Amino acid sequence: MKTAFLSDLHANREAVESVLEHARAQGAQRWVLLGDFVGYGADPAWVVDQVRALVRQGAMAVMGNHDQAVVRGSAPGMRPEARFVIDWTRAQLDANQLDFLASLPMQQQHGDQLYVHANAWAPGGWDYIQSRGDAVRSLQATEARYTFCGHMHEPKLFNLSGTGKAGDFVPTPGVPIPVPPHRQWLIIPGSAGQPRDGNPAACYALLDEATGTLTFQRVPYDHETAGAKIRAADLPQRLASRLEDGH
Amino acid sequence: MESKLYSPSLGYTGQNGDNPVNTLKPGSIVDRFELLEKLHVGGMAHIWKVQEVNHQGDSRLPLIMKVPRIKGGEDPATIVGFEVEMMILPMLRGRHVPQFIAKGDFTRQPYIVMERIEGHSLRPRLDDAPLALDEVIEIGSRVATAVHDLHRQNLVHLDIKPSNIMFRDDGTAVLVDFGLSRHDHLPDLLDEEFTLPMGTGPYMSPEQVQFVRNDPRSDLFALGVMLYHFTTGERPFGAPDSVRGLRRRLYIDPVPPRSLRPDCPPWLQEVILRCLEVQPERRYQTAAQLALDLQDPGQMTLTRRAEKLQKSGMLKTFKRWFFALGAEPANERIKVAEQLERSPIVMAAVDIDNATTALLQQLRETVRRIVLTEPGARLACVSVMKIARIGVDELVDADGRSKHVKQLVALKHWARPISKALDLGEGRLTFHVLEAPDVADALLEFSQRNQVDHIVMGARASSSLRRLLGSVSSQVVAQADRTVTVVRAPEGGDAAPAAAPGAAPHGG
Repeated sequence: MKTAFLSDLHANREAVESVLEHARAQGAQRWVLLGDFVGYGADPAWVVDQVRALVRQGAMAVMGNHDQAVVRGSAPGMRPEARFVIDWTRAQLDANQLDFLASLPMQQQHGDQLYVHANAWAPGGWDYIQSRGDAVRSLQATEARYTFCGHMHEPKLFNLSGTGKAGDFVPTPGVPIPVPPHRQWLIIPGSAGQPRDGNPAACYALLDEATGTLTFQRVPYDHETAGAKIRAADLPQRLASRLEDGH
Repeated sequence: MESKLYSPSLGYTGQNGDNPVNTLKPGSIVDRFELLEKLHVGGMAHIWKVQEVNHQGDSRLPLIMKVPRIKGGEDPATIVGFEVEMMILPMLRGRHVPQFIAKGDFTRQPYIVMERIEGHSLRPRLDDAPLALDEVIEIGSRVATAVHDLHRQNLVHLDIKPSNIMFRDDGTAVLVDFGLSRHDHLPDLLDEEFTLPMGTGPYMSPEQVQFVRNDPRSDLFALGVMLYHFTTGERPFGAPDSVRGLRRRLYIDPVPPRSLRPDCPPWLQEVILRCLEVQPERRYQTAAQLALDLQDPGQMTLTRRAEKLQKSGMLKTFKRWFFALGAEPANERIKVAEQLERSPIVMAAVDIDNATTALLQQLRETVRRIVLTEPGARLACVSVMKIARIGVDELVDADGRSKHVKQLVALKHWARPISKALDLGEGRLTFHVLEAPDVADALLEFSQRNQVDHIVMGARASSSLRRLLGSVSSQVVAQADRTVTVVRAPEGGDAAPAAAPGAAPHGG
């Protein structure tokens, strides 16, 4: 059984389509969607419908901070750009789509796997995992052997040995990495809809339970069209240009 | 003698209390393998001869199972080295590693099943050192070839030493034990686990002593230690068992091999001392470049290393000691593949006798451009002297010799503008005149033996001659398992015999 993990889709239809197609070709049968389905991109309604359809077929999904913000609406304390994007996104979604986002759980557990958008110690606090220390804090907050997180847009793999030693690793795309269960693993697939590590190709990860390996994938997609739609919608220009350079 | 340096609390050398291993006995079945006999009891693992329970036919490979010793209730980090090997071995391919068959994980019974390489490791040969020079050179070139193959697979071995080297029946060197290795595409489980340098004391490179685990040139240092030992019968840096002792190699240079063994040729001392340079940038940049020198020493450029007969003086050593105090290696995060890409071997196949001047010029310009783009590249200029399939002894007559020398002179003359323009220093340019009945075969064999990355050659210009004689370049392109660039003279260049006085009127 192969499971595909997608995170931070950010209303990027072109990226999501390419990732789904790639993952299906790789034999993915299960789907886990790690939140931040909307925000930044020009196709929030399409992406939410896609996520909802996958969930109906058995996929597991959790809520991201952007999803929560869109459900709640903009607040006076936010930066003007963020308020603008949130209000614009809200206006694109109908009541059913907003209800779906509102119904998303903060975390889900499946066997020895935990799915959460930001971290395991306080899922609703939206703190980032930026260092080995943060990763250890998250891994120690759960019994799960495998934690899958989004929120961070760069792919990364942390592990914690039985002696409490943590390691971090920037994965090479397409190389299966053994992830034996006697260690704890924290897996950040990277963003499908807005990669930020200098490579514009969409990120996702594929777990193969038969071989006990995890493969980080990069999928080139038509980011020019995705960017053109953002410009056409009068969303901030930077949201379009960063898709082109992957930063 | 070859004590591994691990944190003592991790108990790698523990002798008792290893529970699961003790329950295994001949006849036990582990997954699909039947244990036949225990071949070896090591400090870290036991080795069993095994066979597959439902093996089919008799074409099966001889197999061994490696089972880690786990001390009950101890720090689980004792088995990290085994975990590392379990991750890495399945990634490796080819004749220079034992073929991976299966593994069992730590939640049940950890093991690795792999191909059994028959025979002894190189370890017993250390007791016979110093060895005959021919054997030292042969070992060096075979092991360097194997090391290069692993580097090409994004792996740094980090524990190259005689006990980890075996040979197949055909002489192919096989590297075993990847418990300290690092693969660029896998998490480095050892990086964080230990607080002492990792490696085997006598063989550890200066940068390994300083916790650098990603430099493929570390393996060349270890190979240099081994060649030194086989040549002189002594270890260049002794067998220190403390970090302080290990750090001495950062500033005290070894006794030059020739002062211990007068018949060691200067070129071999050059090779060994170059491997043992403290700064990785001053060593060979790839194992393939080392293998090339070992196989063709006549073409090496010798430096002061070759002539040294004693260690550096007190003042120089003191200076080095001073600068080594608290020295940190340059923190450059290079990948193995990048190091190899920076230092390719480019082979220029030059048909000195038959190519037109225009083609020779075009070939030279193309080679110059290729070598220019990689400051670490080595250029091997090769020309083939065609000889009859029979009557090989003609070669050694006076005429044959002078023809050989003439070719060499012409080849060097051809390359002169390149070496001048690019200032190809320290052994970056070599010349080889091959004598063979079939030109394409000779070029292919040379490229394979010397692990050439890129072949550049000219094409016969005239289609009628190509029809008559066949095309050497198309044969090379079809059969080479590496990049080949075929160069053609610009149009019109070949049509002007006047521009090529003395040259035969056809291309190469």
